[in-house]
Amino acid sequence: MASPAPLPPAEAEPGARLVLAEHLLACESAVACARAMVEWLARRSSAAVACLGPGDGGNGSACLASEGLTGSQQAALARAWDAPASPLSSFRTRPGARWLGADALEGVVIPGGFLAVPLGRAGSPAVALLVVGVPGPLVPQDVAWVASCAGPLMARWVAADARAPRRPEPDRLLRRVINAVSDPVLLTDAEGTLLFANGRAEALLVAGPDASPGRARAVEVNQRLFRETLAQGGGTTVHRREVPLVDPLEGMDLLFELVTTPVLAPDGPSVVVSVLRNVTDLGRATQALGESYRRLRATEREARSERHRLDRVLDSVADPIILTDPAGGMVMMNDPAERLFAWPHEEGPSSEATERRVRANAALFASFLANLLGPVNAGVSRWKSQLTLDEPATGAPVPMEAMANKVLGDGGELTGIVTVFHDRTEVLERARLLERVKEVSSELEARVQSATAELAEQNELLRRQAIQLEQASAAKSQFLANMSHEFRTPLNAILGYTNMLLQNVSGEMTPPQRRNLTRIDSNGRHLLEVINEILDITRIEAGRMPLHLTDFGIPELLQEVMAEMDPIIARSKLTVETHLDEGLPGVWSDRQKVKQIVLNLLSNALKFTHEGGVRVAAEYQSATSTVAISVKDTGIGIDVSNQEKIFEDFQQVDSSPTRAYGGTGLGLSICRRLATMLGGRVSLQSAPGQGSTFTLHFPRRARRT
Amino acid sequence: MTNTPEKQKPLVLVVDDYQDAREMYAEYLEFSGFRVAEAKNGQEALDKAFELVPDVILMDLSLPVMDGWEATRRLKRDARTKAIPVVALTGHALKGHSEDANEAGCDAYVTKPCLPDALVDQVKKMIARRGVPPAR
Repeated sequence: MASPAPLPPAEAEPGARLVLAEHLLACESAVACARAMVEWLARRSSAAVACLGPGDGGNGSACLASEGLTGSQQAALARAWDAPASPLSSFRTRPGARWLGADALEGVVIPGGFLAVPLGRAGSPAVALLVVGVPGPLVPQDVAWVASCAGPLMARWVAADARAPRRPEPDRLLRRVINAVSDPVLLTDAEGTLLFANGRAEALLVAGPDASPGRARAVEVNQRLFRETLAQGGGTTVHRREVPLVDPLEGMDLLFELVTTPVLAPDGPSVVVSVLRNVTDLGRATQALGESYRRLRATEREARSERHRLDRVLDSVADPIILTDPAGGMVMMNDPAERLFAWPHEEGPSSEATERRVRANAALFASFLANLLGPVNAGVSRWKSQLTLDEPATGAPVPMEAMANKVLGDGGELTGIVTVFHDRTEVLERARLLERVKEVSSELEARVQSATAELAEQNELLRRQAIQLEQASAAKSQFLANMSHEFRTPLNAILGYTNMLLQNVSGEMTPPQRRNLTRIDSNGRHLLEVINEILDITRIEAGRMPLHLTDFGIPELLQEVMAEMDPIIARSKLTVETHLDEGLPGVWSDRQKVKQIVLNLLSNALKFTHEGGVRVAAEYQSATSTVAISVKDTGIGIDVSNQEKIFEDFQQVDSSPTRAYGGTGLGLSICRRLATMLGGRVSLQSAPGQGSTFTLHFPRRARRT
Repeated sequence: MTNTPEKQKPLVLVVDDYQDAREMYAEYLEFSGFRVAEAKNGQEALDKAFELVPDVILMDLSLPVMDGWEATRRLKRDARTKAIPVVALTGHALKGHSEDANEAGCDAYVTKPCLPDALVDQVKKMIARRGVPPAR
């Protein structure tokens, strides 16, 4: 075996190999070594395994250890190994593993074939043969490793067995005891020179003359490290420290705890007993543990900060949020939720009512959560409902919409329930307001409708009234017309006969007769005047007073008026004068109506004036193109409160039964109406005792309407 | 009072259903030198007019049997009477009677009460227009 199979990767089950390596190192004979090897391989590959080597007493080879082979097979194999002509015998001198078919050896049938691996030191003839049942020529890594590892050991033990122990062992039993210790144990002098090492210690710190260069180097390093560590202690007392060593076989770093105890040898100088304990795994574990712990701390810190952040986030949400465990117990709640579901411990002693409300809220919440809990609701993943909670402090109802969602773990199992509440007060209030607005609006609509209906009704009523009024007016007009006619007919006869008598148609009359007849005539005329006035009003109201527009002059008109009024003026003993503005233009209007108005105003002035005089003046106002004819008297005057009244039908300042002035009270009313027909008006300026001025204003040119 | 022979006196037909008025006008007309015939309604007025062919007709408009307008219209349609001036006489001052009267063919229009002397003046005007010798 010039070149052992390369070392397998350290990761490939180093534990199992380490165990075997340690076991092999602890072996004290070729047989023990072979057994360990075979057992390990058989366990690893569950194939037939055997190790052939020199038998006891030096008379031929034997099967040192085997698994899965019968006794005859073992014997046949041993014979084949010894027989010079057998295919196996060549393995004693030819290095390297060789695969042989199932029936390559006579008398040995290993199903599927087997590998024959020579064992021994490199460069020397094999001292033993490892047989492993495998179906093909490919050498499994385990087999190669075992061969490379166990070969030198086998060679040494075979050699050791062959020669008798040359140096005397002080105490073979003690040595065996120490060898049996699974920890490396060393005996050194104070300087660190190795006096004795058990098998484990040798594997680490002793390299035989035939050791590989790698191993020799590793051992050298180990020895240096060991000596240095030992020197630090000062070999007087029991000392513990750690020493890092190298696994000479695999090159792995190992960590040992070194416990040194100075021992005073009975026959000489003091020696130091060193016990090494492999704490590599422990160190690693400690390291890993430390690392894990550190990570845990970091994770915890992170989780805590995460949690704080989450808390802050959740607290900043205005809606209450509650996290509950799968059993319904509260795990976490944000501030808004606490206000509803937690006792306000910090805010002084809570009242009984507050606690009761909190309990009621919690109960309500629990019954709500029940919709998601339990196997019955396993299929429900979310639940939404309206809850009316109580504000714990005030007891005010808080309408809430609660939405609960199951939080599931990786395996789909329920890990918690998140419930988010949403205050519906505003929504409800808005809805209420909307409802109210609708209500009010429909109320309003109804009111508008009823008002409209009422209005329509009133309109209808007004329309009827208007018709009735029109009819009444027409009836009145008709009545007045008829009445006027009926009055006129006899009055016609009265005035006619009176006139005839006064003309002496029936002969001369005596002066008293004539005076009386004159009075009848005068009264008849007055009556006629009244009838005419009533008729005028009726005509105007019925729209039967036509306008007759003509060109005429004001001076002539006034002259005519004066002439007609002359008898009355003469009787009144008042001074009546006229004043005409220069440049009075001719006018286009209804002459008869203008005349009637002026006559009326003048007759009124004469009637209510007892002394002084009456002045009739006419002027033209070019700015407004109107003519103004005023009649100013020095009469009794009219109080301001009565100035409007006198223009109304049948109204007089003094309408008492004992009034001092007669008349129908229609004169001014007619004047005003006639003036309106002309497109003008009659104005009045007066004060009691100051006299009155009535003025007719009318456009110079009337517009035909 | 008058020296004009009876036959030469102009004949005035006074049509009025109101007896007092009719007689009053008749008396005054006679007093003023006219011959007078009287009629109580429109029909009578037509009969008298056709029979007597007066110089002037004083026609009250509101009449029983046949009103003044209708009577006037018939008079004006008839060749025998259409030249006779008709003076409409009414106590109805309200309605637009003067236009109606003109339409019916009236030559003048007088509103009641109308004093006898004013009426006689109107009659004289009518006769003067026709060229009939004036009374008095």
